[in-house]
Amino acid sequence: MDRAALLGRLSRGATRIAWRAATVVEVVQETARARTLLLDVPDWPGHVAGQHVDLRLTAEDGYQAQRSYSIASPPEDPRLALTVERIEDGEVSPYLTEELRAGDALELRGPVGGHFTWSAAQGGPLLLVAGGSGLVPLMAMLRHHAAQGSAADARLLVSAGNWDDVLYREELAALAERDPVEVRFTLTRSRPPGWSGWDRRVDAAMLSELGPGAAEEPRAFVCGPTAFVEHVADRLLELGHRPAAIHTERFGPTGR
Amino acid sequence: MPPVSRGFRGRPRRDVDPARVPPGQYLVDDFPVLSAGPTPRTPREEWSLTIDGEVERPASWSWEAFVALPTETFTVDIHCVTKWSKLGTTWTGVSVDTLLEGVETAAGFVVASCDGDYTTNLPLEDLTGGRAWIAHTHEGEPLDPEHGGPARLLVPHLYLWKSAKWVRRLTLTAEDEPGFWEAAGYHDRGDPWTEQRYWGD
Amino acid sequence: MTDAALWLDGNALAGLLVELFGSDLTAVERGCPSCGASRAVGAHRLYRGAGAVLRCPACGDLALRVVALPGRHIVHLTGTWRLDIPAP
Repeated sequence: MDRAALLGRLSRGATRIAWRAATVVEVVQETARARTLLLDVPDWPGHVAGQHVDLRLTAEDGYQAQRSYSIASPPEDPRLALTVERIEDGEVSPYLTEELRAGDALELRGPVGGHFTWSAAQGGPLLLVAGGSGLVPLMAMLRHHAAQGSAADARLLVSAGNWDDVLYREELAALAERDPVEVRFTLTRSRPPGWSGWDRRVDAAMLSELGPGAAEEPRAFVCGPTAFVEHVADRLLELGHRPAAIHTERFGPTGR
Repeated sequence: MPPVSRGFRGRPRRDVDPARVPPGQYLVDDFPVLSAGPTPRTPREEWSLTIDGEVERPASWSWEAFVALPTETFTVDIHCVTKWSKLGTTWTGVSVDTLLEGVETAAGFVVASCDGDYTTNLPLEDLTGGRAWIAHTHEGEPLDPEHGGPARLLVPHLYLWKSAKWVRRLTLTAEDEPGFWEAAGYHDRGDPWTEQRYWGD
Repeated sequence: MTDAALWLDGNALAGLLVELFGSDLTAVERGCPSCGASRAVGAHRLYRGAGAVLRCPACGDLALRVVALPGRHIVHLTGTWRLDIPAP
C-alpha cells in the first residue's frame, strides 16, 4: 500500500487562523426543542447553501467540546443562522438551546462542505429529502432559491414524527407558494386532525409520487439521521437516480 | 487560551481515584463503540484463530476447539486512548498463556490481525503472565460484533486499541511491526499509566 | 447499533481538513487504487476509532487516517488525491 505521510500543516504562506469568534445577536425559538441562533461573525467570508460550521465551546476549566451544525441562512443574509435541536442527554445541544443567550460568544470554524452544496447558478431540478433537523441545510438551499428568484424545479419532502417538530412550518408554506417550489410532509408518529399528507416512513412509492423522476436527472440532497439517509439514498438508487446525483449528509449520534 | 463560553460546563466530570484511573482519563458508564471501519460479521462456522510467524509450528483452532479450551471469567478496568475509562467490566475467554503453551519462539513481538483490515502490534511479554485473553463473552452474553465478536483480544493493562476486535491471528515477529494505529501516530506499546499514547511518548 | 450508525459522510471531517490543508477538500476527488472508483472526499465514509479514518464509499478501501497529537496532526493518505488549492 502506498503511504504518503504529511507531518504538520501544508501552508501557502501566512498561517491560517481556523477558529473565528462569533457573537450571538438573537435567539429564535423554532419548536419546543429547537432554536435558531443568529450570529454576527466579523470577517465572515460568505458561504454556499448546504455548508456547515464547526462550533467549539470552552468551559472555565479549559474543557472543550466541538460539534458541527448546518448553516440555515442563505448566503444573501447578512447574519449567520444556525438551527440547533436539543438532543436528550446531549452535551452541547442543551447548552445551545437553553442556556445560550444574546451577547454570548462562540467559536466557529468554516464554512466547510463543498460536496453537499447548491447554488442557483447550478440550476435544477432539485429533489430535497429531510429527516427531522436534516431540514436545516436544505432550508438554506430553498431560502437561497427564493432570494435569487430561481426558476429551478425544487421539491422538498420533510419527514418528521409529528407536526409540532417540523421546523420552519410557516416559512415553508410561504416558499411553496412560488411556482417552481413544492413542499410535502410525511408524519410518522402522530398527525393533527384532518391531516391529508403522508403518514408513513419514506418509501420508493412516495419518492416516485413526489418526483422528479430519474430521467429528469435532478440533483438530490438527503439529510438527517444516519439510518434515515441510508434508507432514502437506497430508495433513490432503486428508482434509477445516479449515485453521483445523490448528495447525502448524515447526522451521527454525536453530531461530530 | 480560547474564550470561555459563559455557562458551558460539559458533561459532569466525576472526581476519579488516581489509583484506579490512569492520568488524563474520565469515567463512563456506557461502552462507546469506536471503529476504524465497518463491523465484520464472521459466522462461527467460518471462524478460526491462528498463531503463526516465528514459531516452530503454527497452531490453529476452530470455534469448537477454541471454546473447549480452559476459560476464565474475570473483571477488569479498560482504558481507551480517546480518554474514557470503564471500570469493572466482566469477560470470559481463553488466556493467551493457554494458547501459547507449547509454542516455541524467540520472537519478542506480536502482530494481531483481524477480520476487516485492522492490525495492532505489541511486545509478546504483554500477552503473557495472565494479562491477556481472547475473550468471547462480555457481561455474561456472547460478545456483540460491534464490540469485537465472535472474539477479541483483551489486554486491559494497555490502552484499548491494543485489544484488537475481531482477532483472527497472532503473528509472532522478531521486530516490532507497527499496526494500523501505530503506523498512524500511536505508541508501539500503549501503557496508560505512563500515558504512552503517541509516537515518542 | 446498526452499521449505518457507525459512520458519517466525509463532509463531517471538512473543518479539520480545512485547518490542516488550508482548503476545503470535500469536493476533491480521490482515485481508489483498490476498485478504480473516483469519489469526492465528502462522499467518503468517516469512521472514528482512536483517530479518524476515511474509506472509499465504493469498496471500503482506506483513503485517509488522521491522528491528533498534542500540537500536531499526523495524516496518511492513500490513493490518488488531486488537490487544487487556490492562491490565498
